[in-house]
Amino acid sequence: MKSILKASVATFVSVAALGGTALADAHAQQLSGDLTIFSDMSNPAPRAVMEGMVARFGEMHPDLNIELTVIDREAYKTQIRNFLSANPPDVANWYAANRMKPYVEAGLFADVSDLWAEDGMEALASTKGAMTIDGKQWGVPYTYYQWGVYYRKDIFDEYGLSEPTTWEEEKANCQTLLDNGVKCYTIGTKFLWTAGGWFDYLNMRTNGYDFHAALTGGEIPWTDDRVKATFANWRELIDMGAFIDNHQTYSWQEALPFMANGDAAAYLMGNFAVAPLRQAGLDDSKLDFYQFPVINPDVELAEDAPTDTFHIPAGAENVEAAKEFLRFVVSADNQTLINNGENLGQLPVNANSSVDDDKFLKQGFEMLSSNSPGGVAQFFDRDAPAEMASEAMQGFQEFMVIPDNLDDILARLEKARQRIY
Amino acid sequence: MTTAVVMPKPRRSWYKRNEIAVTPWLFLAPAILFFMVYVIIPIFQSFNLSLYRWDGLGAAEYIGMANYEELLADRAFETSLWNNLKWLLLYLLAIPGGLFIALLLNQTVAGIRLYKSLFFFPFVISQIVVGLVFTWFYDPTFGLLNVMLGWFGLGPLNVLGDPDLVTYGIIAAGLWPQTAYCMILYLTGLNAVDPEQIEAARLDGAKGWRMLWYVIIPQLKPATFIAFVVTIIGALRSFDLISIMTNGGPFGSSRVLSFYMFEKALSEYGFRMGYGAAIAVVLFLIMLVFIAYFLFSMYQEEKER
Repeated sequence: MKSILKASVATFVSVAALGGTALADAHAQQLSGDLTIFSDMSNPAPRAVMEGMVARFGEMHPDLNIELTVIDREAYKTQIRNFLSANPPDVANWYAANRMKPYVEAGLFADVSDLWAEDGMEALASTKGAMTIDGKQWGVPYTYYQWGVYYRKDIFDEYGLSEPTTWEEEKANCQTLLDNGVKCYTIGTKFLWTAGGWFDYLNMRTNGYDFHAALTGGEIPWTDDRVKATFANWRELIDMGAFIDNHQTYSWQEALPFMANGDAAAYLMGNFAVAPLRQAGLDDSKLDFYQFPVINPDVELAEDAPTDTFHIPAGAENVEAAKEFLRFVVSADNQTLINNGENLGQLPVNANSSVDDDKFLKQGFEMLSSNSPGGVAQFFDRDAPAEMASEAMQGFQEFMVIPDNLDDILARLEKARQRIY
Repeated sequence: MTTAVVMPKPRRSWYKRNEIAVTPWLFLAPAILFFMVYVIIPIFQSFNLSLYRWDGLGAAEYIGMANYEELLADRAFETSLWNNLKWLLLYLLAIPGGLFIALLLNQTVAGIRLYKSLFFFPFVISQIVVGLVFTWFYDPTFGLLNVMLGWFGLGPLNVLGDPDLVTYGIIAAGLWPQTAYCMILYLTGLNAVDPEQIEAARLDGAKGWRMLWYVIIPQLKPATFIAFVVTIIGALRSFDLISIMTNGGPFGSSRVLSFYMFEKALSEYGFRMGYGAAIAVVLFLIMLVFIAYFLFSMYQEEKER
């Protein structure tokens, strides 16, 4: 670094004169060479965000040649296996928790614990656990989003309902809606994971976050009575007819019109459902959000908040530049910018970032930072190993269609658990 | 090669001497090479891989026949196997269906070419589009099927959401383009039917079903054979329709072996390469029965000539 300073005294002086020491610090490291980034942010808004980040990082490091490759988000999930071992980039997108475990265990992600030990990284503490395997950190988060119940405020008002906070109120609300010919919840389980969201919430409200972690970690048999208690609560809603009919035929997007048309009043979903619902004509006076109500008052509230991440593959060539990029990604300013309503429309992970002035983002940020004492889960299919997740979510769908098969389903899942872990 | 051939110039090059024997192999070499690399060797690799536990990333662990033992107890595998059988049997309906439409269209009426193209249309469009069209047709809330059933006071029916109906629903969608394919095969076959034989049969008093069964269908035998081959192959690779219409659901009841293999080995939640390979081996053995039959019939045909 000293040689760089020597070589560019003139630059240093001019920079110091312009912007003071903070700016000089940012430029202290002169990066050069190539930086290749593979990204799965292929939808229009995320893609613009990714390209914007690369452009801004490139301006800060003019000598660095950044090559960004954006790959379709679904295709990326299978391609990552090939490129991590055959043709590793310097930076790659992926997900937190169990989803990154196969790559960590195969030695394909680099340990970035030194980055997490630096000053200022305490601001990312909320997701440190999700980024940690074997006591080391393997990547950094750039965004996450809340889950919860999005509901039709106008329909609730029409029937004199208010946001429920307890399971009894939730069911009473639901009964009123059903009596008036409105389904309580829309859902599309064709691709299974939406049922995983329902299971996560019912399970975390019935048995708590630690139980969720132990169950997805394979430490608890699926035939356990506490698991059955979760399903018993679920069954109360199913027997009431709370969910839309034929949900097994629809994707989550195909389930949106039921809510937009007023055939169903609420949707347990991630915050990404807000954008299409707004497009369908539900403005903020018609659409609102509440935290999933308490079922068992003895367990602390815990939430699902899936985190998307950046990693440095073990085979990265320009590690210095990759680490600098990760520092840039997690900085408070960058996270404020990329997560605002015009860009990703999600929540920044850095605690020093500010949240955009959006009704749902503000509610979600408040819920996750002050009303989720039990912990923050990633999501069923990110916390459980992939194979267990697919078996279990298929079982959840079967349960929602034919609840009487529960014992058979649980026996099957238990058999799978013993094989997988 | 007989010994009577006298060699005037004994010092010809090796290639010149063996030209007749070598040249066919030279022409075949590229095809053989690619066939080996992309078909034959992978078959043996699959056999080998099915004896391992491997996630596609780490080291593979040899586990003998354990994958096959697991298959025996795997109910999802059993469901897929039965569904494969349903596909094989019901898909064959495309052959009589195609023949019937071909006979209907094999006449000279004004605009018959237009009708023929309309009937052939479903085969031209992609399977994915066929799947989407039928998904909308079956849609329990907005679909046409339930409207039509309503005229007769039946329904509503959620074909793709009912574990007992879903496979039949997808097969029906698959039959639409497959029937068109068989129809085209029979239309070309009917062009080759000998008019003199029909004339002779007519003089002998044959008409209607007897004419069809004893005179026309025997002459269509080559077309029937090809129709049978493409239909069986079509039934065994019924992957795209299932993927687009139900994604294997509800809860796995519409999977077939190829889809189950994909799910276990290559999908987002899969990467059990060894188990997937074991399913592939079973699928290969089923196909082998048909392949052997096809090769045998073709061999017989060659011999007759």
